[in-house]
Amino acid sequence: MLAVLAQAAEAFTKPVMDYGAIAPELVLVGTVILLALLDSWKLERARAAMPALAGIGLLVALIPLAVLAADGAPRVLLGGGYVVDSMALVLKALFIISAYVVVLLSTNYMAEGDYWESEYYTLLLSSVLGMAVMASSRDLIGIFVAFELLSIPSYMLGAWRKGDLRSNEAGLKYYLMGVFATAILLYGMSLAYGLGGSTNLEVIGERIASLGTDGVPVVALALLFVIVGFGFKVSAVPFHVWAPDTYEGAPTPVTAFLAVASKTAGFVALIQVTYFAFIVRPDVIEPAFFVLSAASMTVGNLIAIRQTNVIRLLAYSGIAQAGFMLAPFAVASANPEQSLQALVTYLVIYAAMNLGAFGAIIAITRRTRSAELEDLGGLFTYMPGLATVFTLFLASLIGIPPFGGWWAKFGIFASLVDADTGLGWALAVIMAVNTAIAAYYYLKVAKAMWFDDVPEGADTSPVSVPVSIGFALVVTVVATVLFGTLPQLINDATDFGLVAFGG
Amino acid sequence: MTDFLDNWGLILITFLPLVGALVMMVVPKEAEDTHKALAIVASGAALVITILLLANFDYDDAGTLQFLVDKEWIPLINSGFILGLDGISLPLVAMTALVVPLVAIYSWNHIPEPGNPKAFMALILILETGMIGSFVAQDLILFFVFFEVVLLPMYFMIGVWGGPERKYASIKFFLYTLFGSALMIVAFLSLYFLSAEQTFDMRVLTELGGLDIARTTQILIFGGMFMGFGIKVPMFPFHTWLPDAHTQAPTQGSVILAAVLLKLGTYGFVRIALPFLPEGAQWWAPIIGVLAVIGIIYGALGCLAQSDMKRLIAFSSVAHMGFVMLGIATLTDFGINAAMFGMVAHGLITGMLFFIAGSIKDRYHTLEIKRLGGLLISAPRLGWILGFSSMASLGLPGLAGFWGEFPAILSAYQPAPMLNEALFRTLMVIAALGTVLAAGYLLWLYQRTAFGTPSEEFADDPEITDVSTIEWISWAPMLVLIVVLGFLPSLIFDVTNPAATVVVAAATGS
Repeated sequence: MLAVLAQAAEAFTKPVMDYGAIAPELVLVGTVILLALLDSWKLERARAAMPALAGIGLLVALIPLAVLAADGAPRVLLGGGYVVDSMALVLKALFIISAYVVVLLSTNYMAEGDYWESEYYTLLLSSVLGMAVMASSRDLIGIFVAFELLSIPSYMLGAWRKGDLRSNEAGLKYYLMGVFATAILLYGMSLAYGLGGSTNLEVIGERIASLGTDGVPVVALALLFVIVGFGFKVSAVPFHVWAPDTYEGAPTPVTAFLAVASKTAGFVALIQVTYFAFIVRPDVIEPAFFVLSAASMTVGNLIAIRQTNVIRLLAYSGIAQAGFMLAPFAVASANPEQSLQALVTYLVIYAAMNLGAFGAIIAITRRTRSAELEDLGGLFTYMPGLATVFTLFLASLIGIPPFGGWWAKFGIFASLVDADTGLGWALAVIMAVNTAIAAYYYLKVAKAMWFDDVPEGADTSPVSVPVSIGFALVVTVVATVLFGTLPQLINDATDFGLVAFGG
Repeated sequence: MTDFLDNWGLILITFLPLVGALVMMVVPKEAEDTHKALAIVASGAALVITILLLANFDYDDAGTLQFLVDKEWIPLINSGFILGLDGISLPLVAMTALVVPLVAIYSWNHIPEPGNPKAFMALILILETGMIGSFVAQDLILFFVFFEVVLLPMYFMIGVWGGPERKYASIKFFLYTLFGSALMIVAFLSLYFLSAEQTFDMRVLTELGGLDIARTTQILIFGGMFMGFGIKVPMFPFHTWLPDAHTQAPTQGSVILAAVLLKLGTYGFVRIALPFLPEGAQWWAPIIGVLAVIGIIYGALGCLAQSDMKRLIAFSSVAHMGFVMLGIATLTDFGINAAMFGMVAHGLITGMLFFIAGSIKDRYHTLEIKRLGGLLISAPRLGWILGFSSMASLGLPGLAGFWGEFPAILSAYQPAPMLNEALFRTLMVIAALGTVLAAGYLLWLYQRTAFGTPSEEFADDPEITDVSTIEWISWAPMLVLIVVLGFLPSLIFDVTNPAATVVVAAATGS
């Protein structure tokens, strides 16, 4: 028995770990452990320090990230299963900064609402750790572990308002839908493993390509199941039904986290499997993504028009925005470099403007106590600053220059048109129509705030915005305006060129 | 000094107003006078620099871009931060830089309900940045960005400070314009992908003159631009947003809308659509000409049917912009020059008429024509200014309006060689009839509001006072310019002619 084990140990070669390359993840792990230990050691006395510590942990994680970015050379770990290249760095920075903004938005909400604070930040950071790992994983196992690591904490965060039935509903729905999607995903991955004979994406891609026309149904099933599994995460139609209820029921900062960071992570997973493996089968993935994209933007927009609650409206608009972000996948094979750049650009700008929109609504509902459209009437007269900031984010979501959203949409349009495929052109047209529909309901919110009368009995005394929320709004406003006026800032960061592609 | 103007002049006039708006953000809302003063200072500073630019402009070389700023902006799509001033941009930039400070001065004691000068004045300044930026941008993407910047401030200005139907009017304005600009950006993109150079640089695109794009494609792309610019002008049948927007907008909004915003559309035709897509322009020219003349007649008939003074002036804008579009449709340098003059003249005169309408509304609290009357008795100076502006608007020789209408009609006699002469001569005759109608509705308006004795309800109203000092200050420059340009039209023609020649050369390939 021992001899067998010893033999196995000899055959096993210890992988050389490049600890510098995973330093950001290590910092996050350290912060998670520190928060958990502090909570169990100091108990209630540590509560007040938790948000600050979580924020500092996230900011510290940016330091090794910056060093790696300055170094520039891509690093490959675990035999190609874990890659730290420029794309991974940009995405990790996006996750960490988004999470930092979410921490800022959560601080007052959690402290004032008498919720469990220590556990909240511990779970939030665990989820971010999963996202950071996702950004580098080029291996089915790694992707699955990262996916679960980022999902499971967010199920719990969704149900964080324990006393509230809607929050429980939110968490439960999210959890049930999530595990269902995971099951499908795993089945798809097992098929992909069976076809590819390896968990490494690059190898899988090569094998699938070499299959030619053999076993097309199995290949299609494998790819589609994986895509569907992640489709749940990014709330693509028809796998979107959990999103509005979860968004409305969950605590609003958590909603912001789900709508931005968690959704981005789903897209990153899709990027990994699509651009590094499945890209060789445009006959399967391009129609699949075309359907998902067109359905998501159209259905999301049409339902959003009828919403009277701003958070639900943002949830449905998020489904429509996911449709825009799925569009580049439909030309992934025809125009790989440009579509990937357009997509990552969209993810970055979307994070800034959508986090900002949620930040503004969090600050506004501190006073109005409701996100119903009619309760936001005349907001401009007594909260001019917040109304203006919220309007700015809405304008950016519509895609009006000079705010970031226009460049995000422009990039996607350009990549669709430049691909010059039938699906690309069709999607460009569908997207143009949807942009106009979206303008209508985003404007409806702006209209309520600026043009309508203040509802009776509303408290119109001046409001003060807590420092942390104010800072989060400043960060997101600056980012949104800068990306819109000087788009090259982001183009340089997302110009991955050919290095990103395995094939 | 010249170096400074060369490098920074255009950047300053574009962004100084925006800086003013940003400064206002940090001043508390209660300091209302500070906000008004800041707006006057910021737009006034832009005016001073514009005057310096005018003084240093090389008028012998008005066909080429001067004070050129050419910086890298979005290298990914080969789009640059390119600003420049030539004979086509100059009159419009100068008019914008003049009108905005006048509007700001007028606002000193005319902030419309529900108040809040901070937001109101900030929006005006943001508008100015968008408008001047559109006129000096020499890159299609940059132009598009500035063009869109104008959208939101005007939407809020109508929606917050407008009349009773403001919500409907503002959303109509917004959706019409957004629809147009969506098609416009698609046209810009296809121009980019189809032309060999893959650039948004307007200088290069003018030089290329659509050479490498097939005729049918040009016609399609021109169609996209036609929607974008045509809605903004507005051309018949896309004009329906205009009467609503004008009528509901606050006085300041109407003035800016009439004086400058509409010109973004006509400017787009002259600067972008014609020279970049010559064959498309030649195919579309007769259609534009016909729609322009329909606009002239339809606008005039619309005027005759109005019972509201502001709505009447709004419809007269449709007619006047029809003359401008007719001039453009001839594709001759004569027609383009007329169009450029028409833009400036219409901006000054109709802007002035909206100012007067606003002041009458302040005094009478109504603009219903049949309830007004006897303005010359109640407020003689205001009455005379209304008379003067009406005469200018109907095209009385010696005033600026004449030089906008008469040459435009004349230019249709001899359109560019490839166009159908008979059609344009017919259009000329109909357009000339339009001027008669214009005289009709303006004199009719003047007669019913200014002549006679004041009706009983307003006979001894103490609120009906004559022109105030603030009004004199904000109106005098426009009134003077209407006379000066009427007597010395060459002030504008000399500037626009070299640039118009360049446009026509590109548009007709001659």
